[in-house]
Parts: sequence; C-alpha cells; structure tokens
Amino acid sequence: MSNDNPDNSRRKFLTGSLTFVGGTGAAATLWPFLSSMAPSNKAKAAGAPVKVDISGLKEGEKIDLIWRKKPIWIVKRSKDMLESIDTNDAKHKDPLSENLEQQPDFAKNKYRSLKPEILVLEGVCTHLGCNPAYKPDTTDTSLGKDFKGGFFCACHGSKFDFAGKVSNGSPAGANLKVPPYRFENENTIIVGELPANKLEEIG
Amino acid sequence: MRSSKIIFLIFLIAFCGKGMAAAQKSEILLDYKPRENINNKASLQRGAKYFVNYCSGCHSLKYMRMNTLAEDLGIEEEIFVKNLVFSNKKIGETMTKSMSDKDAENWFGAIPPDLSLTARSKGSDYIYSLLNTYYIDNSSITGYNNLAYPNTSMPHILAKLQGEQKLVLDSNNKSKNLEKISVGSKNEEEYKQITNDITNFLIYVSEPAKLKRHSMGFWVLLFIFIFGVLAYYTKKEFWKDVH
Amino acid sequence: MSEKNQSSGVIGWIDERLPILSFIKDHLTHYYAPKNFNFWYFFGSLAFLILFLQIFTGIFLAMHYKPDAKLAFDSVEFIMRDVNLGWLIRYMHSTGASAFFIVVYLHMFRALMYGSFKKPRELIWLFGVFIYVALMAEAFMGYLLPWGQMSYWGAQVIINLFTTIPFIGPELGVWIRGDYAISDPTLTRFFALHIVAVPMVILLLVILHLSALHTVGSNNPDGVEIKNNKDESGVPLDGIPFHPYYTVKDFVGMGVFLFLFALTVFYVPEMGGYFLEHANFIPANPLVTPEHIAPVWYFTPFYSILRAIPDPAFGALAMALSILFLFFLPWIDKNPIKSIRYRSILFKINLFIFVIGFLILGYLGVKAPTPLYNALALRFSEMYFIFFALLYFYSTTRNSTFSYLFSGIILSFIIAYDILRINSDNYAIVLIGLLSVCLFVLFMTLSPLYTSLNKEKEVPDRVTG
Repeated sequence: MSNDNPDNSRRKFLTGSLTFVGGTGAAATLWPFLSSMAPSNKAKAAGAPVKVDISGLKEGEKIDLIWRKKPIWIVKRSKDMLESIDTNDAKHKDPLSENLEQQPDFAKNKYRSLKPEILVLEGVCTHLGCNPAYKPDTTDTSLGKDFKGGFFCACHGSKFDFAGKVSNGSPAGANLKVPPYRFENENTIIVGELPANKLEEIG
Repeated sequence: MRSSKIIFLIFLIAFCGKGMAAAQKSEILLDYKPRENINNKASLQRGAKYFVNYCSGCHSLKYMRMNTLAEDLGIEEEIFVKNLVFSNKKIGETMTKSMSDKDAENWFGAIPPDLSLTARSKGSDYIYSLLNTYYIDNSSITGYNNLAYPNTSMPHILAKLQGEQKLVLDSNNKSKNLEKISVGSKNEEEYKQITNDITNFLIYVSEPAKLKRHSMGFWVLLFIFIFGVLAYYTKKEFWKDVH
Repeated sequence: MSEKNQSSGVIGWIDERLPILSFIKDHLTHYYAPKNFNFWYFFGSLAFLILFLQIFTGIFLAMHYKPDAKLAFDSVEFIMRDVNLGWLIRYMHSTGASAFFIVVYLHMFRALMYGSFKKPRELIWLFGVFIYVALMAEAFMGYLLPWGQMSYWGAQVIINLFTTIPFIGPELGVWIRGDYAISDPTLTRFFALHIVAVPMVILLLVILHLSALHTVGSNNPDGVEIKNNKDESGVPLDGIPFHPYYTVKDFVGMGVFLFLFALTVFYVPEMGGYFLEHANFIPANPLVTPEHIAPVWYFTPFYSILRAIPDPAFGALAMALSILFLFFLPWIDKNPIKSIRYRSILFKINLFIFVIGFLILGYLGVKAPTPLYNALALRFSEMYFIFFALLYFYSTTRNSTFSYLFSGIILSFIIAYDILRINSDNYAIVLIGLLSVCLFVLFMTLSPLYTSLNKEKEVPDRVTG
C-alpha cells in the first residue's frame, strides 16, 4: 500500500465536515430522547387548572384540593384572623413579600391575596416540604405568645401567619407560596390561572 | 452482487403475496375502499363532528386526548368544548364513553369496542365498508345485517342518512350486489363522503403521529443523504491509498 | 514512525493506568484487515450499530412502559401519543428489531459464502450462533411486552412447545410462565429478562465474538489467509489498517443503512403488518384467539419447520435441530477451500437452494396452513437438512461406493417418513414431492461421478479483490 502524495488538506476538509455533520446528526438524534423525559401530554393535562366552588365555605373553614400534585388551601378568613395579620409586621422575615418567587404580583400586598377574606396558599412548608397544620384559633398561645394563629409545621417548627408570612425564628426562610388563581365569579375560584388583566407566565 | 439481487427480488415477490390475501375477501367488499387523506383537515373536522354525534354514545376513543385532537384539527379549544364535548370532561382528558359496559351488554348483547386503534388493527377498508354495507335482514335482531361484519349486533345508526339497501343474490345464492330500496336524507355521494370523513377521522385517531412523521421524515432523510454523500467522498479520498 | 510520548496530558495519565493507547493501536490503527472487503462485510458493524440503537431506545421506552398486564397495552399507547416524540422512539425500537435480524441473516450468509466459520475461526462462529440464539430469545420476550393479541397468543404457542418435551414438559411450561397460563407473572419476568439479563448476555457474547475475531484476523471474499504473506515489518501484504480505511468505509455503510432505516421509521413503520402486526393493536384477550397466529417474520422459517411435522414433539425437535445444526457447521463442512469463488458448481447450487428454501420456508410461515403449503413446507424442511448433509459430502472427493451409500441413506429416511404418512388422499402430492427431492439428492451426490460439476478452482495465494 503506497501513499504517493495524499492530498492532506482535502482529507482534513472531508474528515472535518464529516465529523461536523455526523456530530450534528448525533446531537439531533439525542434530542427526541431528552425531550421524551419532559412532562408528557398526560402529565401536562393533569396539571391543568382546577375549578373550586367556595359558595359553601364558612368563616374560619379551609378547603383542601390538589393542583399539579401539590396540596392547595383555600381559607375564608375571619375578622380576627385579618386583624392578627395587621399587627405582626416586625416579627416576620419577609413582611412585604419582597421575595417575588413566592407569589404572583397581585398577591404582593398585606393580605397576600386578591380578596382579603379569601386566602389561597400552597400547603407546602418552604423549609423542606412538609405539610403544615392549620391553626385557626387566634387566641391559642400554646405555640408561643407571639403566635396569633395561622399555620404551624410540625417537622421543624416553622410558623406562618394567616397570610402565610413566615415568622422570625422559623427554620423556613420564605413565605408560603401563593399559587396563580383567579375568581371566575364570586363563588368560583380557578387555581392555576391568573386574572385576565394581570398577565404573567405561569410556566 | 448477483446473489444479493436475487435475494432482494425474492423478498419483493414474497411481500406481494400479501396482495393475494386480499382477493379472498368477498368481491363486493373490494368496491368499498375509502379515499384516505388525513391531511385534509376539513374532512377530519367533519369526521370528528359525525363521530361525536353518532358514535360516541356507545364507542369510546379512550386513547384520544381532546386537546391533542383540537390542536391537530386546528380547532380552538373553546369552540371544541362547545361543539364536541357533551359531558363535564376537561379538554385535557381522553374521549371515554358515558354508557357503561354492563348496560351495553344488557342492551346490545355485546360491548361496543373502543375504536381508538380499529383503523390499525382491522384497517380503514373495514371501517368504511362496515358503514356502507348494511342491508335489510328480517332475521336479525336489529333488522339489519352487514357484509363487512356479518351478524353484527350493532344497529344501522346511519340508516336515516343512507336509506336502506337489500342484498341481491345471484343464481348460485352468492352475494352479488347491494341495491338501494329506499332513500335517506343524504344522496349516495353525500353519504359516501360522510362515511369517508368518519373513516379518515378514525385513521387519524389510530395514529395522530402520522400527521407529523411524514414531514419530519423528509428532513431526516435529507440530512442522512448529505451525510452519506459526504462519507462516500471521504472514503473515496482515503482509499486512493489502497491499490 | 516515532513512538508517542508516554505521558501526553490526560490521555497519557489514563494510559499509564489503562492501556487505551495500545488498545487503539492493536485494534484500530495497526489492526490489519484484508483490503478486499466487499458489500457483504458491512453487516458486522451494522449489527453493532443496531445493538447500540436497540439498547438506547429501549432504555427510554422503559422510562414510560408499565410491565403490568393491566397497564402494559395502555402504556404503549401512552408512549405513542402522550410522551414527547415517544412514537419515534417506539418505531425506532420496533424497526430496529426487524433490521437487526435482516442484518444478522445477511451477516451469517456472508460466513456461509466465504467459509468464515472454518479453521481458525470456528470459535468466532460459535459465539456468533450463540448471539443469534440469544437475539431470538430477546426478540421473543420483547414481543410479549406490548401485551397485544399477537404478543399473547404467539407466546402461548411458543411456550407450549416447551411443554412437548417428554417427562418435564408440562412442569417446565408452568415454571417458565410462573402460572398455569400466560399472565402477569410471565409478563414481568419477560420484562426483567428482556431489559437486563439477555442484553448483558448479548453484550458479553459480542465482546467475546470480536476478541476471537481480532485474535485470528478477518477472513475475506477470496478465503485467503493474508497473514501468510507479510512484509519485513510483519504487516500482511494484503492488509490495510482498520482505521482509517474501514472506519470511514463503515460510515458509508451506516449512511446507507440509516437512510433505509429512517425511510421505514417515518414512512412505513408497520411494513404492511410484518414489522408491527395488525392484530397487536388489539389488547390481549385470553378468551379470543386471533384468526391467524403467526410469529414475527424473522422466526417464520423455523416456525415452518415446526409446523411441517404434525406431531408436536417431533416438530419441536426438528425445529431445535435446525438451529443446533448451525453450531456444528465448522465440523460439517470440512472442505479446506473457504470461499464460494473457488468451490464447485454443485456447492453453489447447494447454497442457492438452501437460501431459496429458507426464504420459502419463511414465506410459508406467515401463511395459514393449507395441504399444498404443508407439503411444500415439509419438502423444504427436508431440503434444509439435506443442505448440511451435502456440505459434509462435498468436504472431499467421494468414491462411487460412498456416494451411492450416502444418497441411499438420505433417501431411505425420506421415503420411510413418506410411507408412514401416505394415504389415498395425499398420495399425489406426496409422490410428486418425493420425486423432486429424490431427483435433487441423486443429482447432487451422483453427478460428481459422471460430470465435472464438482470441479474446484485453485485458490490463489494473494487476494484478488
């Protein structure tokens, strides 16, 4: 086998282009496989918004539902509960809801909700993901005299008020998350959709 | 290379044997072949409408997700829900049926099968000819019989549209023809189009991916062709060394 | 040529601890393959490509598939419709399975043509036949997983074959199924075997197959040993380094293959019901047998042999023997000439009839049995075994006594079986078939005595290209 003057530049060009085309092909072939691991149509459909009827919800009552596999709470807050929110600004880590990832824009207010009397929260402790318990009694001081009721996570002791704001001294560092939601009418909440005039990417 | 060409030819001939199987069907049925075209969105939309109105009471399409259907047929979700969803189902769910299997068995003696994959398992010819070859038969419970599915317990749902046919036998008592004996609300052309639309729709339902794979395939083949040509010239260049 | 420095960066660091550089040298850049490889030599690397493809697509299918009798069928439709591009992965896997067998059959045929199973390559061949058997097991178990009508009933038929084994048969069947009929336990164990056990066995066998190959070096279309003629530095005169010449050539082969593969995946994934059978789009129903149970096309030649003999146990035995004989090929064909190019016309006829017979048996396997088809299947099954007998016969020149004796023994077996089964209904078809087979055998064994049809050509010393 003899060489006699192989055109090395042509070889380099051909090998280079072949490697490039082949590499692109391999990457393009990889794409469907990686894509197949993303949520399927079924998972996306199951993550669709949920309609909730709150016509029968009484003061102090909480409705539990599931949206995108997470527990969601809807609470009809009483006057006492709303008052307890007003008086507690200094004792919270993020009293003004400045951590923008924890609520849609419409919930960056004192009561962290569209309407003061209706609270909608994701029931997932922002520390390590446990399910906090509902503490509706504003007069119960068994968890400390500063705690005026709200939500208490038994796993590591994080405390949240009736707007989901996390107390100082809690292991959790962020307020409880407010999911996107809107009122279809006075008695119906759709969890998973934003109000029409406040467009944001839900993702 | 001679031997490989022979082998290839034999494979080809062997596949043609499949054509021989078709000839064993009843001769009349060979006249009933649909014009398949799942790229005709209008046909699919009409087919979806007919299916939901006439068939979905008994037959489910339990693998067909409604939002996929709406997207592929070019129907906006709100319009889809208004016109094609008759239950409380959300558009992300699949098209299951409302009639329970127990009731169906009591009423019809058989459970109407799910039709999501019928176009792949029994073929589009079967669906089309079933819808077109009902004929009057007083000895059957439903009053009708069917050439594609003899003695079926499925009633002739579209009888009002098609009108009625009777089976004409020849001198050897073999099926010869289907003759129209009464007129329905649609003429023959219209009825054939309706059943064709339903068939097209069911072909789509059996494999929604079919709409995408042809177009995707073109680009993939083009890319592989370019790769192959490049590989070939690279090979030729390197093999200049070899005598 | 200067030696590369011991430690050049990362590669050097690794090479001091794992001999990757010498591996590349011994098996790629300084591994010498014959320079006259032709079309038939693409299929080894293609088989390797398909193996990788099947494993890769299989992994991603297993992420979504549910190995439970109640969920399996639905999970496959879920992959086809709801998983992003799941249909593409599924079609690649189903097409890949059929492509694997096409490639492997052509790969084996190359070995038959060029004598690549002969000394010193018997072990390569043995590993190869083991791979083939493992592949058949893998495909069989994989086919149960979609839990369609054909999955269920095809498995039912094949597992019932095992129950025909004397004494242990029925219990063996129950043990394989994990139940008294094919059901959920069968599915889950086939799943475990299909995705883990058998692929590992295949990978191990492939490594052994390639190691044995690299120990002795490749055969070539002339059947000439290139190691017999080396230059001063020990490089075979007719050899070229595998890399870059055959790496680049194999890329061309892969390009052509991938084109045909993509054509199938995107335009005809069902291949008329041969790659994805129509009945398998109906969920498995133990109470309803499909009109026509046929195994997937790549099993049909052996299925024909099985069906050709009415007695289930003997049919199963014949089918087992038909695969077993492949193992012994290096000891059946002892003719020192390797390549078909230099063998006699009679050998070429023998191989040609074998291939035609194999294809016809395959075709008969998909059809429903009729008296004519059954008769054809039996005769071509007989021809299948006669092929091996004749291979042995042509191993050397035979004298007339041997020739007559040999043909007499073969024909007496065939005639004996015909006598057992002939009756007033089938006598015409039996006698016609018998006559054809007898003429063939007599022609192939006796014509060497009276003609020069068994003349062999002289094998050259160097390859001719």
